[in-house]
Amino acid sequence: MGDNTRHASETVERFLDSTLESVDRAEELAVGAAERAGFDDDDLMKIGMAVRESMVNAVVHGNRYNESKKVRLSVTRNSSRFTVRIADEGEGFDFDRLPDPLASENLMRTSGRGIFLIRSFMDEFRVRRLDPGGTEVTLVKYMVSK
Amino acid sequence: MGDVSVVDVAGRITLGEGSSALRDALRDLVSKGQNKILLNLGEVSYIDSSGIGELVSGFTSVTNSGGTLKLLNLTKRVQDLLQITKLYTVFDVHDNEAHAVASFK
Repeated sequence: MGDNTRHASETVERFLDSTLESVDRAEELAVGAAERAGFDDDDLMKIGMAVRESMVNAVVHGNRYNESKKVRLSVTRNSSRFTVRIADEGEGFDFDRLPDPLASENLMRTSGRGIFLIRSFMDEFRVRRLDPGGTEVTLVKYMVSK
Repeated sequence: MGDVSVVDVAGRITLGEGSSALRDALRDLVSKGQNKILLNLGEVSYIDSSGIGELVSGFTSVTNSGGTLKLLNLTKRVQDLLQITKLYTVFDVHDNEAHAVASFK
């Protein structure tokens, strides 16, 4: 019984405005769900930061703060995976062509580290273009059985 | 303290108010010719990629003005972030304020 409770699935879904307040809100929602899933402080920080960086990309670079565009956040978990999906309505960009922030010529750049941090902090990171427009990123952290 | 400015930073350095407050503080000091700056990050609870960008931007602008920017009292979280972004070796990092102040020439 206890096991079933701990591994119970959960889904949270929100449509958020394209504002920096939504970035904070999404981080809170995801970290709250991750806490309930039993992740430790270190993983909570990593999940929170990955969600934050993804939300900044969606709000700032995707929807460009456009009031008429929303960001869809969904957080789901089952017994093996904690999954966050963040989708914007922007024009999208090529994630594969981002400069390597660890290359010596890029080290002192003031931006361009967000995706790198997301990849560092999550177990899986995927990007897909949405039809008719927009970008969805999927962040996955594997559940560790205690 | 001599001519070294110690700036105590607390809370979150994230996109928005946190990173712009840091940027404004550093700009203000540099514009007054105070370009030996020790940034005390001991009370910083959280920093995102935008905050890291502000540290890099501050470091570059202080260096370009002929000054030096050093970091003091990194929390483990901030230290880890600077390490995985390979910036830890770029900054001169201290954990003792008196020694850090004395290290400015």
